[in-house]
Amino acid sequence: MVWRPTLAERRENKKKDKGAAKAPARLAVKKTYKLYLGGAFPRSESGRSYPVTSADGTHLANASLASRKDARDSVATARKAFGGWSGRTAYNRGQILYRIAEVMEGRHGQFADQLVTAQGIGRAEADRIVSAAVDRWVYYAGWTDKFAQVIGGSNPVAGPYYNHSAPEPTGVVVVFAPQDAPLLGLTSVLAPVIATGNTAVVVASEAAPLPAIELAEVLATSDVPGGVVNVLTGKVGELGPHLAAHADVNALDLAGTGDQAVEFEKAAATTLTRVLRPGPETDGGEEAWLDTDPGTSRMTPFLETKTVWHPVGV
Amino acid sequence: MIFEYAPAPESRSVVQLRETYDLFVDGEFTPARSGEYLTSLNPADEEELARVAVAGEADVDRAVAAARRAQETVWGRMSGAERGKYLFRIARIIQERSRELAVLESMDNGKPIKETRDVDIPLVAAYFFYYAGWADKLAHAGFGPNPKPLGVAAQIIPWNFPLLMLAWKIAPALATGNTVVLKPAETTPLTALVFAEICQEADLPPGVVNILTGAGETGRALVEHPGTDKVAFTGSTDVGRQIARAVAGTDKRLTLELGGKGANIVYDDAALDQAVEGVVSGIFFNQGHVCCAGSRLLVQESIAEEFLPRLKARIAKLRLGDPLDKNTDIGAINSAAQLERIRELTDTADEEGVERWSPDCDLPESGYWFAPTLLTGVSQAHRVAREEIFGPVLSVLTFRTPEEAVAKANNTPYGLSAGVWTEKGSRMLWTAERLRAGVIWSNTFNKFDPTSPFGGYKESGYGREGGRHGLEAYLG
Repeated sequence: MVWRPTLAERRENKKKDKGAAKAPARLAVKKTYKLYLGGAFPRSESGRSYPVTSADGTHLANASLASRKDARDSVATARKAFGGWSGRTAYNRGQILYRIAEVMEGRHGQFADQLVTAQGIGRAEADRIVSAAVDRWVYYAGWTDKFAQVIGGSNPVAGPYYNHSAPEPTGVVVVFAPQDAPLLGLTSVLAPVIATGNTAVVVASEAAPLPAIELAEVLATSDVPGGVVNVLTGKVGELGPHLAAHADVNALDLAGTGDQAVEFEKAAATTLTRVLRPGPETDGGEEAWLDTDPGTSRMTPFLETKTVWHPVGV
Repeated sequence: MIFEYAPAPESRSVVQLRETYDLFVDGEFTPARSGEYLTSLNPADEEELARVAVAGEADVDRAVAAARRAQETVWGRMSGAERGKYLFRIARIIQERSRELAVLESMDNGKPIKETRDVDIPLVAAYFFYYAGWADKLAHAGFGPNPKPLGVAAQIIPWNFPLLMLAWKIAPALATGNTVVLKPAETTPLTALVFAEICQEADLPPGVVNILTGAGETGRALVEHPGTDKVAFTGSTDVGRQIARAVAGTDKRLTLELGGKGANIVYDDAALDQAVEGVVSGIFFNQGHVCCAGSRLLVQESIAEEFLPRLKARIAKLRLGDPLDKNTDIGAINSAAQLERIRELTDTADEEGVERWSPDCDLPESGYWFAPTLLTGVSQAHRVAREEIFGPVLSVLTFRTPEEAVAKANNTPYGLSAGVWTEKGSRMLWTAERLRAGVIWSNTFNKFDPTSPFGGYKESGYGREGGRHGLEAYLG
């Protein structure tokens, strides 16, 4: 059961804040925040929502409260998108990731505004975080056609064989986004997953899910094929156990799972789902994700190595 | 009923040529100190396209000084991520202006629009995009934890792939924090000058890229200038030797991408139709003005009788003519001088008793043209089997065993490329292992990609361009 102020209570609060009731000259049109699934923005099939507040407790929006069925649907959608996305050339994926940065830069101010309200941070800091998030997409755009050369290669086996190892994406990755880093943290965990050709189901920060949906709007307009990234807003405690144990999920990024990380890792063991445990960034806020060169550390956990042997001889 | 091709010319209106182009130094277009200009022609009709400044020693001096200043005060100090973003911008502008660049390249070079449009210019953008992404990842490239730029690079590029060769040179140099002074070829300077405009459009800091136009003397002045740290040259083996001598005893680093006499080996089990296509594009792509062209066909004796008529039938279907026509397969020879070299060398074949064949082929009256030519009965001693013709001329030799194929393929001072046509993977790998060449294509030919290193063995030069390997030439 989610507590919500009643309409009467909200009116009372407004009066306390602003004194006498007064209508603005123009009423702003507020956005409905929904899930991002298969390239579309549906509400939760459950019809549920939960209130999202600013850092100082002001009501901002009602986010969709995703259900287990939404989670199942998103895994199915991500699976369906995997063949196409992993089959794109690395160059093409790089172009698309770079396009995300371009489109995000155009909405810089909007993302910064949102961080100011959601996180209660200053405008300058918010700008810095948004810039770092845009640059993070550029960073991983550059990795798409390079990680294979950096971590793969030919193997000098002792015999007349050509032997070559190359990385391949593992498949569908569930990304539990950091709870206290709703934009840069989210970008930092999501970008490496899709840069390498995986598809993703993101469980957004529970308390600050709105930047994830704004980011989904950027993805939806950046030539990222529908289903490559799916964003669920809701409760890690409700969705997590189900996703962690889901047999068609190939890997988990447990960044935002808090003290449930071990429970999810155990659940993942049943189908030997790969896991990336929460790292040193945990609980450090957006600041913890400012390292501009995380290298391959967030890509290799979601890659398989394939080795090909072939005889050499007339 | 036989359908004829109607002319399908690409519009030239997308190109706005200036009457004269000056040197691009320190972010500005400035006249050469000498006031001298040369004229760039359209080799397809000998029409004058534009006048281009000829840089002399004084201009080289100030370009190198500008590059040094920019390297030390701006570019070398900038974070890799920010450098990368400039290169991404340049890549995007190239994509945006791609048709203009393709048409201009075809006009200035003579190569068919379908090549500039579908190969040259898309690859130019791709190379910038690729190296942009390396700029902030150099520590992961395998050259140590903190690799450093060399400083100022002097770069000289040929006329066969003008803008693509510029991209091969400038993109890795800039990504690694070097600044450049680049000299395009005297017959194809125009797309490099549009590239200078693109640098301005991208707000690239002044002095990071400097473009000096001119001929051999300009190149010599640039190579011999003591103020650079690196020389990168693509062109003929003879000039490469001169450059190697010129930098001997200096601290300059050198990479050379020179000539070739690529062998295309067709085994008796090859998929013949596919091999015919590959052999044809291997030599006639870009009129054979390709250092890695498959200019020697080595066909297994047992299938030669079947293979050659098929090859001739395919060559007879090639369409030679207006480079801007979208149906054209073979465009113009780049210059009168190159046409003369092709004629001179091909004539030696006649004198040496080689059998020469060309399809019926009307050559346009103005401009520089050479019909696709097949030389059969060629032995390893003939000049056309030993020397790089750099034109649409294919020398055919035969072999009996794989060992003989390898021996013949390697019997050349060059070692840039080779092709292997067989359906048997182990035989392909066996052959590739024994070929002394930097790039081996199997069941394909003339493939290029920014992620794939390119460069030669032996007298085809040293150093590699492209891929992770291509960074090494610009890191200290």
